[in-house]
Amino acid sequence: MTIVSAGLFKDCTRCFKSSNIVGVGLGGTLTYRHTYKINRVRFSGSIPSSFYCCATLSITMEEEKQTFDADKAAVLVNELRETFSSGKTKSYEWRTSQLESISKMIDEKEKEIIEAVHKDLSKPELEAFVSEISMTKSSCKLALKVLKSWMMPEKVETSIATYPSSAEIVSEPLGVVLVLSTWNFPFLLSLDPVIGAIAAGNVVVLKPSEIAPATSTLLAKLLVEYADESAIRVVEGAVAETSALLEQKWDKIFFTGGARVGRIVMAAAAKHLTPVTLELGGKCPAVVDSNVNLQVTARRIISGKWACNNGQACIGVDYIITTKEFAPKLIDALRSVLEEFFGKDPMESKDRSRIINSFHFMRLINLLDEDKVSDKIVAGGQRNESQLQIAPTILLDVPEDSLMMQEEIFGPLLPIITVEKLEDSFNMINRKQKPLAAYLFSDDEQIKRKFVQNVFAGGIAINDTVLQITVPGLPFGGVGESGMGSYHGKYSFDAFSHKKAVLYRSFGGEAPTRYPPYTPGKQKQMKALLSGNLFNIILALLGWFKD
Amino acid sequence: MEKFEKNLERQLMAMRECYKTGKTKQVSWRRSQLKGLQTFLKEKELEIFRALNLDLGKHYVESFRDEVGLLKKSLNLALKDLNKWMSSRKAKLPIIALLSYAEVVPEPLGLVLVISTWNLPLALSLDPLIGAIAAGNAVVLKPSELAPACSSLLVNFLPNYLDNEAIMVIEGGPATGEQLLEQKWDKIFFTGSAKVGRIIMSAAVEHLTPVTLELGGKCPAVLDSLSWSWDKEVALNRIIGAKYGSCAGQACISIDYLLVEKAFFSTVVELMKVLIKKMYGDSPKESHSVARIINKHHFLRLKNLLTDQMVKDSIVYGGSMDEDCLFIEPTILVDPPLQSKIMTEEIFGPLLPIITLDKIEDSIDFINSKPKPLAIYAFTNNEALRERMVSETSSGSVVFNDAIIQFAADTLPFGGIGESGIGKYHGKFSFDTFSHYKAIARRSFLTDFWFRFPPWSNYKLDLFETVYSYDYFEMLLVVLGLKRSKMRFFIN
Repeated sequence: MTIVSAGLFKDCTRCFKSSNIVGVGLGGTLTYRHTYKINRVRFSGSIPSSFYCCATLSITMEEEKQTFDADKAAVLVNELRETFSSGKTKSYEWRTSQLESISKMIDEKEKEIIEAVHKDLSKPELEAFVSEISMTKSSCKLALKVLKSWMMPEKVETSIATYPSSAEIVSEPLGVVLVLSTWNFPFLLSLDPVIGAIAAGNVVVLKPSEIAPATSTLLAKLLVEYADESAIRVVEGAVAETSALLEQKWDKIFFTGGARVGRIVMAAAAKHLTPVTLELGGKCPAVVDSNVNLQVTARRIISGKWACNNGQACIGVDYIITTKEFAPKLIDALRSVLEEFFGKDPMESKDRSRIINSFHFMRLINLLDEDKVSDKIVAGGQRNESQLQIAPTILLDVPEDSLMMQEEIFGPLLPIITVEKLEDSFNMINRKQKPLAAYLFSDDEQIKRKFVQNVFAGGIAINDTVLQITVPGLPFGGVGESGMGSYHGKYSFDAFSHKKAVLYRSFGGEAPTRYPPYTPGKQKQMKALLSGNLFNIILALLGWFKD
Repeated sequence: MEKFEKNLERQLMAMRECYKTGKTKQVSWRRSQLKGLQTFLKEKELEIFRALNLDLGKHYVESFRDEVGLLKKSLNLALKDLNKWMSSRKAKLPIIALLSYAEVVPEPLGLVLVISTWNLPLALSLDPLIGAIAAGNAVVLKPSELAPACSSLLVNFLPNYLDNEAIMVIEGGPATGEQLLEQKWDKIFFTGSAKVGRIIMSAAVEHLTPVTLELGGKCPAVLDSLSWSWDKEVALNRIIGAKYGSCAGQACISIDYLLVEKAFFSTVVELMKVLIKKMYGDSPKESHSVARIINKHHFLRLKNLLTDQMVKDSIVYGGSMDEDCLFIEPTILVDPPLQSKIMTEEIFGPLLPIITLDKIEDSIDFINSKPKPLAIYAFTNNEALRERMVSETSSGSVVFNDAIIQFAADTLPFGGIGESGIGKYHGKFSFDTFSHYKAIARRSFLTDFWFRFPPWSNYKLDLFETVYSYDYFEMLLVVLGLKRSKMRFFIN
């Protein structure tokens, strides 16, 4: 007999650690609850002493133990490889049928999806609708609408060096691909890459994040129901399952998450020469000039921070840089708009997501409680551990060497850094690792131009935040520490396609120049040919061409 | 060695500083460097031919065709199209971003490393360099130590033509390579074997450096039973040229083996014997039109491929080897055992196995049973077979009725898939390989849909729905209150 699952939960919702509980019951499943003192939890940060323990102990026989290990993963990949070899996923009909089915799934299961995301993150319904449902649906619709043109071979011109010939670039699927997703937009960031992979004709395995368990389970359930199981699979699990998956040979790995795990993924990929797309994060700055429309600026910053999964977004605003004189005005504006959006007591507002789990809650509290940081709070600062909520918090002039300014914040804390001249912000941003996004609020054309030219980032939005990801015509992806590769719209299709060069020649147009025995005359003709100048070629053929 | 490392770190730091000044981003800088390369090729042409002859015994016409000429063509194109490549591209926007403007702007990656190889020591060093410069990067180039004459030519003369603050050539072997890999790069461009490719990609992990890996693989050529004698002769000339004529088969896109129908193979072999004689004369070594093997190691490797008795017995033409001159005669084998090394490893030399099949259509399964090659060549007039070849096989490129010339087509991406590599270059693709496409969205402060911000309500939800489905008319109805809200549930 073995314990399959046991957990220590906070308020019976959040799992901390599972190995300290020993309890054996007989016959099926039993659930019990008691208070447990934690003293041996490997966990950074301070741990409150009293926890509820809620464990579900399933008693099963050893041989029925369901673990997803490397052997199982290998079997899975082999099965999928056979599906891919059959060629069925390459057809236009298969791709559209799957995309239509996913689109139908989103329509029919909208309620369940929103509920799951709410369970995982307390994400407000409207926010969930906008950022998860709508975005996924429009990405599906776009793919369905233009898939034919994406799949069409691209005719290209050929030069005189290969004359006569015709050439085209054919998009072909890569094969069996792995999508590793994350928890902050658990639905969107799982399905958006999957849509690209299907559109490009691949066979896909999706591993949603175990940190958003409700959405993960729902995705596993729904895709079995709506998608072709022989080609689209969901594997649920945590580190062990992910490692088992990463040991396999994939034709592409698409990863969304942190840079640390990104490195693990890339190292695993190197063994099989698997190309990777890494969608990471970084500290995305927002630079605010003093000539802006304050009200609009404050609204747009807040919508890109607290109204965007409560700051838990890879492209959310991480910190603000503004001038010394302007900072107080900006803070006032932010304060009043915050009140307008979330009411007098923001802790009561249902219009913000909560922090995903206790681990991240503690991480954020640690950032906030650091010496020389905690006295910089100018707004907010309230916290409620049982609800995993932190009020929208603004800090002024946090020291550059504090943890908050070194690490990605990924939560509802917003430090404001002040500079003498706005242009100083460019160097400040470029001194750090390249972020996924950089934002600028300004009415000054010159500053705008300089910002676009000089600031290194995955993407840039001027006078708004986050909005750039809703533009399917823009590639979404990082550079340096914020990732490699891009997706969205046609870029998603390209991320999962190989661009095969195809060159057609006839047996005509044979030039003896190419073959030995080599003579000086042949070299001249070749020089003329490669120069691409028709006149030179004629001269060379007549023997008059001089180099 | 330690001193070298300190020195290297200091030099790279200086290069990064130089990059930060923005100098390499300027169009004028990029142009002047590309022109510098042009002058180098023009002024040092003779030295280049001499070096290639020393390293590989290449005939100067071959050197021009495969290296100098190709580079000149790449440079002409880069100089002609640079402004077009550098300009930004506009993108379409949805209505929620009313009165906005979006574009994609290419920006350089930073300090990049190009690690080159020995078979086309000039072309494979300078072609990526052209892309890196065109895209505005600072570049370190490490040519292969296995082609020492070319490597020292590049180290000694190239710096005279380029801005040494931002472009550096480093000479050295594996130890130098290792030290270079320990540094932080913004891109690594590697040409070579899959084995080293894996090492490069693993080293790139530490700094999350993107890589382009140009590897090789066993590139098959499928030869259909062509009926017209003209077609047959042209096809075989091209096959011979692509096998023995480009660095004696030591090229990543050389033909590795040939697939023909059983009934056709004797015709092929007989005709090839005649055509090889016509091109290279009675003694190919004396013709100086076939390159030699790069070094003893590779010579012995190739010799070993033939030691198996069954393989030896399958030789129908050639097979003679001159160890002192490192020369191997153009050699043809028919049906060596499929599990022998010559059919499982990349040959990279002037040995051509011919594998016979019952039907030429079987070639598709045969190719698919092996790792994905860099190129597939098919000589056929059969339209149906062509279509199947494109859609049912996977490779870096597919070329019909010719071989190797795809390398000269700038409009086509050059690069592998799976075991044959990651990423692509040539022409505009070279520029793209060394650029980051930065997405830019611009807005004014004027317009904002009021429903973009919390507190949230069902009314706002309906509006979002219309906006995301791009349904302007319905949106108007909702705004005017003429459309009933969908029944919705509440969680909160």
